Amino acid sequence: MDQLPVLSVVVPLLVAAGLTACGWLLRPRRRLLDAIGIATCAAVVAMLAFLMTRVARGDEVYWFAGFRPHRDVAIGIDFAAGPLSTGLACLAAVMVLSSMIFSWRYFDEISTYFHTLMLTFLAGMVGFCLTGDVFDLFVWFELMGVSAYALTAYRPEERGPLQGALNFAITNSVGAYLMLSGIAVVYGRTGALNMAQIGATLSRHRPDGLVLVAFVLIISALMIKSAIVPFQFWLADAHAVAPTPVCVLFSGVMVELGLYGIARVYWSMFGDALGHRATVSSLLVVLGLLTAVVGALFCFRERHIKRLLAFSTISHSGLFLTGIGLLTPLGLTGAAAYVIGHALVKAALFLCVGVVLHRVGSVNESWLHGRARHLRLTGIIFTVAAIGLADMPVFATWLGKGWIEDSGNTLGKPWITVIFVLASVLVGGAVLRVAGGVFFGLGDPPREDPGMAKGPGEETAETLSGREHTPLTMLVPAALLALGALGVGLIPKLGSVVEAAVVRFQDEPGYNATVLRGLQVTHPVAAAPSAPAVVTLLSVLTGAGSVAASVILALVALYWRRVPVLRRYGLEPGAGLVGVVRGLQSGIVNDYVTWIVFGLACIGGALVLAIR
Amino acid sequence: MQYLPFVVVAWILSVGLYGIVTARHLVQQIMCLIVVQSSTYVLLLGVGYVTGAVAPYYSDIPVHTSAVDPVVQALALTDVVVEAAVTALLLAFAIQAHKRFGTLDPHELVELRG
Amino acid sequence: MTPALRRGMFFAGLAGFVAFYLWGLAGLPGFGRYPGPYGFIINRIAVGQTNATGVVSAVNFEYRGFDTVGEEFILFAAAAGVATVLRHLRGEQEGGRDEASPEASVHATSDAIKLSSLLFVGPAVLMGWFLASHAQTSPAGGFQGGVLLATAFALIYLSGEFVTFRRLSPGTAVDAAGAVGAAGFAAIGLTAVILGFPYLYNFLPLGTKPGAVSSSGTIALISFFVGIEVGAAFILIIAELVEQKLLVSGRGAR
Repeated sequence: MDQLPVLSVVVPLLVAAGLTACGWLLRPRRRLLDAIGIATCAAVVAMLAFLMTRVARGDEVYWFAGFRPHRDVAIGIDFAAGPLSTGLACLAAVMVLSSMIFSWRYFDEISTYFHTLMLTFLAGMVGFCLTGDVFDLFVWFELMGVSAYALTAYRPEERGPLQGALNFAITNSVGAYLMLSGIAVVYGRTGALNMAQIGATLSRHRPDGLVLVAFVLIISALMIKSAIVPFQFWLADAHAVAPTPVCVLFSGVMVELGLYGIARVYWSMFGDALGHRATVSSLLVVLGLLTAVVGALFCFRERHIKRLLAFSTISHSGLFLTGIGLLTPLGLTGAAAYVIGHALVKAALFLCVGVVLHRVGSVNESWLHGRARHLRLTGIIFTVAAIGLADMPVFATWLGKGWIEDSGNTLGKPWITVIFVLASVLVGGAVLRVAGGVFFGLGDPPREDPGMAKGPGEETAETLSGREHTPLTMLVPAALLALGALGVGLIPKLGSVVEAAVVRFQDEPGYNATVLRGLQVTHPVAAAPSAPAVVTLLSVLTGAGSVAASVILALVALYWRRVPVLRRYGLEPGAGLVGVVRGLQSGIVNDYVTWIVFGLACIGGALVLAIR
Repeated sequence: MQYLPFVVVAWILSVGLYGIVTARHLVQQIMCLIVVQSSTYVLLLGVGYVTGAVAPYYSDIPVHTSAVDPVVQALALTDVVVEAAVTALLLAFAIQAHKRFGTLDPHELVELRG
Repeated sequence: MTPALRRGMFFAGLAGFVAFYLWGLAGLPGFGRYPGPYGFIINRIAVGQTNATGVVSAVNFEYRGFDTVGEEFILFAAAAGVATVLRHLRGEQEGGRDEASPEASVHATSDAIKLSSLLFVGPAVLMGWFLASHAQTSPAGGFQGGVLLATAFALIYLSGEFVTFRRLSPGTAVDAAGAVGAAGFAAIGLTAVILGFPYLYNFLPLGTKPGAVSSSGTIALISFFVGIEVGAAFILIIAELVEQKLLVSGRGAR
């Protein structure tokens, strides 16, 4: 039982290698292959769920090869499993499980490599969440990355997946190498690779340039991975072309893991060392809000449904970063709840898009208008998930959003709520526009995007389309995920449980003591004073209001041509953004890397000016 | 002089990034990514060096001889393998890109934009 | 972005970023003044604890063995990715391929290259084997050995012996070898778990004398598996890339 943290990483790795070793045996037996994959994922989910119950009492620290720390110096690698990290790992495993179940009928033809890569992806994600060593973090980050690049290019007979995979790989690799530079710099100062030891060593002295530079370098990779402006350009390219089950994973957990990494790196290594909480907080909040707005705007004018959902992921990533960046327990609690809810609804949305692709054969919103009316059940699931994405009260997404806004209001920053509502309305309006137009045939089709392929033929290589009915293995996961988001929101005392976990996560001295000396901290000290995580009237009103506004915006987007006033002035919602967005999202990786360098210079410069 | 290796690190990083941003050939871009990675090797090994110490291999020297840091060398070894893996994958993508797009110019390898 | 704008933004950003980076690097202790403690402690205890005189290998396969497991699987995943991308391509092109012998599709290599490549194949394999089995004694290890094995394979291609080349690189066997290597490494750690120790604990006898080939317990065994995996992965990658070249030349003018 003590070996659970290890087994949850090693089991998928061994099965992945085993599947390849027996590839010659398994290739003709597709169902056996699928079954092994699903069984492995289910086993990992079970292990992590069980581990979550164990770590609710206290963090579990597992030292590899038996090398325990000696006098506060760590010699080996450790896994430090707390409730927050284990919970995120479990969410990742649940997402992989639902993707694997969905792929049971989705892919017509598959090689062993799909399952192998999905399992290594899972192992990388779980390892990333659980590890307590910064270089080990980098190794799992790269494993996640390499598996993701290979999975993005899974349909190499198309041109889109190649562009997406190349842009994804090059930008994220640049980030990974910058992260490695940051690790080397921190190692040069502290002579340690264990996060707790680094945190303890760095906080003993006043922060100087080196600590700041190391922090920026390490989180640069994580910001690129979580698609924070101005590093977000790769995500739309990659998400639009990856196979649908893989998109579920990218949007549902991979991006969120980048944000978790930022929180982890900050709270275990740099929190006390950097000081200047207000400055760091302002930086993260500004980046988060900027990302939220940019993502929402790009989302609204998009006509390619998968890319639209990708931009909405960017927007939500910004919202999560704002929650983390407030550096309060309530903010991080809100971000955690929001991440859970968002993962579930976004997965459901992508799976429904996969069903549409399977049955009708296109993801072009203009062409699809009204053509998916016969997919009634899918339409209902999509609409429910869309309302969940628009932060309808009772959904876990609304809970999380409410808590982040609450934390912002407590800190005297009411504009956070304003921008949250704005981003939420734009994203919700876009997704509801898709729901209304594609599944219910409401209004008129949106104006065609001349850059997009028309009609079927696009992306049909994923799956032979035109089937007579939707298989249960595709609908059931989508439905369960959408209802799950609703269900999680209904869990009583969710707020206090998550907040307790968050307070423990943010307690840097306590974490150091647990890892380096094996002491269990029974009463962790909250890093910042904060309000309790309860439902407030304001959040109910804001949530209901933003959903209503999203519905209205979606209806306007669908029916604007029939309203004489709008038609006279040609006021199509989102039309003015086309030129701007097209110019920026060029698809050329040289531009993306330029933005990375420029963005890092700005962030570094801003921090230096603020802290000096 | 004590900081010269670190200036070299920054220089190699700059050269690599410049190459990626101005490349007109995908293979050149991938090679420049390797150059960026090389700067991290120099940084790692530079950070672990101890003046007047030997390599940490004790097969023919007494066990308590002062040696340089073995941990950064192990890290660099790990990174070499990781980089080789990523480069191999990227080169495979490059071959595919040539077949599908007919060109290896990053400016032309665009299917979806905007 | 126009090229001028891109260049301008890049140089502005680079100037700022490099200044920032150098400012941070200036806080380091200086070249040659490593402060420790990690490296010094490992140097002090490694030989005594593991009976391995190659401390870097001890760090790689023992103290930080779990990182190496991850890295092995990164290579494994990348090889799987390369195989996915390129074998699919090969499949659709081989449909129209004729049975012309491989020699005919590439212009002949010179006799000098042929001879010297073949001359070096044997020593390369031997050297690779030597390196992979001596991780604990000298600057060597599974990675280096595996890469040399793959180099021997590349030498066979260079020498023009395509029939041998083809016969030596059937996809399934090399895949399986790589998978066995990676799985073997992970399984050694798991064996420790089954025996009741923490993962990757060195449970094999450590030998009597430090620095012998049979000493250091699991380090030597792990190095062997790593050698297999790295060799197989690179053979797969080289074979796939070379096959693409052969296909291209085989289709005549292109």
